[in-house]
Amino acid sequence: MEAVLLGMVLMLSIFLGFELISKVPATLHTPLMSGANAISGITIVGALISAGNDLGTMSTILGALAVAFATINVVGGYLVTNRMLSMFKKKGSGQRGGKA
Amino acid sequence: MSIELINVVYIVAAALFVFGLKQLGSPATAVRGNLLSSVGMLIAVVATLFNAEILTFSWIIGAVIIGSIVGYVAAVKIEMTSMPEMVALFNGSGGIASLFVGWAALYNFDNTLFTYVTIVISVVIGGLTFTGSILAWGKLSEVMPSRAIVFGAQRIFNGALLLALIVCSVLFCLDPSATSPYLYAIIILACVFGVMAVLPIGGADMPVVISLLNSYSGLAACAAGFAIHNNILIVAGSMVGAAGIILTNIMCKAMNRSLSNVLFSGFGAVKQATRVEGEVKPINAEDAALILEAAQSVTFVPGYGMAVAQAQHVVRELGELLEDNGAEVTYAIHPVAGRMPGHMNVLLAEASVPYDQLVEMDDINPRIDKIDVAVVIGANDVVNPAANDDENSPIYGMPIINVNQARTVFVLKRSMASGFSGVDNPLFFGENTRMLFGDAKESLSTVLNELK
Repeated sequence: MEAVLLGMVLMLSIFLGFELISKVPATLHTPLMSGANAISGITIVGALISAGNDLGTMSTILGALAVAFATINVVGGYLVTNRMLSMFKKKGSGQRGGKA
Repeated sequence: MSIELINVVYIVAAALFVFGLKQLGSPATAVRGNLLSSVGMLIAVVATLFNAEILTFSWIIGAVIIGSIVGYVAAVKIEMTSMPEMVALFNGSGGIASLFVGWAALYNFDNTLFTYVTIVISVVIGGLTFTGSILAWGKLSEVMPSRAIVFGAQRIFNGALLLALIVCSVLFCLDPSATSPYLYAIIILACVFGVMAVLPIGGADMPVVISLLNSYSGLAACAAGFAIHNNILIVAGSMVGAAGIILTNIMCKAMNRSLSNVLFSGFGAVKQATRVEGEVKPINAEDAALILEAAQSVTFVPGYGMAVAQAQHVVRELGELLEDNGAEVTYAIHPVAGRMPGHMNVLLAEASVPYDQLVEMDDINPRIDKIDVAVVIGANDVVNPAANDDENSPIYGMPIINVNQARTVFVLKRSMASGFSGVDNPLFFGENTRMLFGDAKESLSTVLNELK
């Protein structure tokens, strides 16, 4: 039964994802991609449990590796997205020019 | 914290991801959207740390510190021109994290057959996302040749690989254990498969690959969510998966090719373009400056070459100067210009070009015949008129920016070589085309100095 419920969640989330993304302007494709990529680092939640649940050395090591990689994904992904987005400016807002 | 309470926090996190993605869809709200989504991630992580299953924290703390430092340094140091490589690497690390999560889930006690199947899926997708992304990074950063690499028995080899992967997966699920030899076989095969999948894809098709790998990294997280019965992984992972698929689809449409054609055809490795003969008309920077000075409307059409030459800042300076001179200046951007979706937009934003000056292909094409000067900077295939009228051209049918219809076209080009996909470009021989040979950045600087 649980599998069915999770499957339901999966289906609804996929539709939600399609709805959310389908109208994004081309200008934002890169930040959107890297922002979404950062969200895929959510696997860190599973990694944390594996790294801390004391089910044997192997499980802990795998978990710790997963935590490290997922953290790179999350921290790097959000920071780089923020860095890109803060460069997008509308005409007239902020100073013209910038570093050449 | 009880497991129920943690799940309530996960619902909040999921809502923040949804709002965050929604707000990423408009330039005015995008920064806030990204912030919301990162807050969602933070509270999901913090809530998880209160999970009663977590007994020791030493490994977690160590891993989080290492990951944060690497992620922070990478994100802060990276040049904007190298962004595609960076996104590929982040994708890869997300993929391998999901592989490890799936693998570690084998050590849980109450696994059912369904769980084992999802573990295999997360390991396979995670593994191929990892190696595929590493290879994409290699091609993008030119550590290895970025052209499509094809060899004779590639399809047979890949077919055999896929078959072996399926057989091993079935055998593993029949007798699952954390030390099963089939597990190691699956991991190795998945990793090899990732390499083989990206190998036949050329540099110009990278926007498709990057968005597809982005989708895979979400799907890997989603599969890992099934493996450990965690809702938030499924919700967030599948939203990312869907988002990646949409971007992939947009990229494919922009090249008028099907996804399977991009993935399997080894496009660019075979050169079958009709040769175009003609005489190019070179122009020097001084004359180009004179023409630009007289122009009422100028549109810049950037391509990957602008990124390579790091010319975006000079382009912006030139644009501002022409605006002060009374011309209407726009930047026309093809959806697949560059090496990832929206690559050119990011570079121009870095150079402080306001985003309302960036126009999409469909907006510029209807009025391109009223543009006085179109300046093509390091773009080739996306302005190749052969896509419109030469049925023998490999890119026939791909929508392009019709710069050949502008009153005058300047093409900035290093030398006379065919474009990335190895296709000849009749634009260079056009009646109204003038070639400005040399490094794009230097040429533009000279033009700029002439105008000052």
